[in-house]
Amino acid sequence: MITPKYVREIPQRYRLEAAKCKNCSYISFPPRLVCPKCKSRSFDTIRLSDEGKILTFTIIRVSSDIFSHQTPYGVAVIETSEGAKLMAMIADTKIEDIAIGKKVKLIFRKIRDEGVSGIHCYGYKAVVI
Amino acid sequence: MIGIIGYGSYLPRYRIKVESIAKEWGSDPESIKRGLKLFEKTVPGLDEDTITIAVQASKYAVKRAGINPEEIGAVYIGSESHPYAVKPSGTVLIEALGIGNDVHVASYEFACKAGTEAMFVAYCLVKANEVKYALAIGADTSQGAPGDALEYSASAGGAAFIMGKENVVAEILFTNSFTSDTPDFWRREHEFYPRHAGRFTGEPAYFKHVVNAGKLLLEKSAMKPEDFDYAVFHMPNGKFPQMAAKKLGFTKEQIETGWIVPWMGNTYSGSSPTGLSAVLDVAKPGDKIFMVSFGSGAGSDGFVFKVTDKIVDVQDKAPKLRDMLDNNKIYLDYGEYAKFREKIILNE
Repeated sequence: MITPKYVREIPQRYRLEAAKCKNCSYISFPPRLVCPKCKSRSFDTIRLSDEGKILTFTIIRVSSDIFSHQTPYGVAVIETSEGAKLMAMIADTKIEDIAIGKKVKLIFRKIRDEGVSGIHCYGYKAVVI
Repeated sequence: MIGIIGYGSYLPRYRIKVESIAKEWGSDPESIKRGLKLFEKTVPGLDEDTITIAVQASKYAVKRAGINPEEIGAVYIGSESHPYAVKPSGTVLIEALGIGNDVHVASYEFACKAGTEAMFVAYCLVKANEVKYALAIGADTSQGAPGDALEYSASAGGAAFIMGKENVVAEILFTNSFTSDTPDFWRREHEFYPRHAGRFTGEPAYFKHVVNAGKLLLEKSAMKPEDFDYAVFHMPNGKFPQMAAKKLGFTKEQIETGWIVPWMGNTYSGSSPTGLSAVLDVAKPGDKIFMVSFGSGAGSDGFVFKVTDKIVDVQDKAPKLRDMLDNNKIYLDYGEYAKFREKIILNE
């Protein structure tokens, strides 16, 4: 049963909520308890914009079982316009159109199902624009 | 003044052409294109469903309305393809939009008119001063059984409308509804695909309800078809809305802008709402819009809108329906389509 973990992560997965350090302005995504840069424990909650660019990527051709019907698909490290870095699956994009430096939009999509009778799990993906 | 303060629509990028479907079933694509006036339709991605479509359309609606989502007091999603049989689609949407927890949420179901039913209730809650803003959505990833005529039309998409009293872009002047027990199309519990009563879905179902609701709405509003700049009818195929318009005295020119079905298909609960969205994208201040939905089972909801001066301030704030319909398309063959629509049974 993944429900408790899933619910805890909703602010990040649905709304891209991040923690901005009140001391040094470093943005942690997902939020952290201690700033990795200045060790402060004081943060503001911010929402990342839905725009970013691909820093690096890979193409998954042999996936874990739950994503096997979606292969081949891209997974990329994305830098948002605020400078936060996150990893996301690439959606609605031909794999030949995925490249380092390409601009992406973060969109709300279904990530996976918990089996045939479990919950649907939603979150962000990136689409190349 | 009460009405729409923000609107948005969303269509998936994937498409399948009538030819690709007809080829698999030995049908003549030209006769389908000629008879039903359908050329291609939208297909949801493997990671898209009614909830993701509703979320994207609602984000655009919030953008156009320019409001704090936390002030939305009610969220109603009309669909016949809610991802859960038990768990309202809106619960996911309120979290995704950051609406918060102080909000009424429910899933609506009335075949293809669940979206306009949600619009009516959202409008009434604002009118009754129960909530400041109410969000109504019509969205679907509709199903058609393999080989069934519905396979040429059942598509995916949706539109969202935020009702409010300030900065209204389209005032709602009149509403009505016409409902009866007409089993023209249904899906029993645990069945994967809907069934329909063939030609019975025409005169005794679609036309009876759309035309009667339309006539009653004209009477109630004391307006004539020529008083309107645009008319939008539910679009199960390309032909029916044209015939309904003619029966009520509307011209082809009046329905042209919202007549998106030949290239979009029937987005069920999202059908007339996406048509309305396409009209609002280009409407001018003062324009009047006549809209009648249809949901099998059966019923029709009618609306008369008057576009305000504010419309020009919001039209360019989010993607327009025709742009989504005409651009960035990814065509699928029937095999890919069958996979995308989960028509192929896979091993666990």
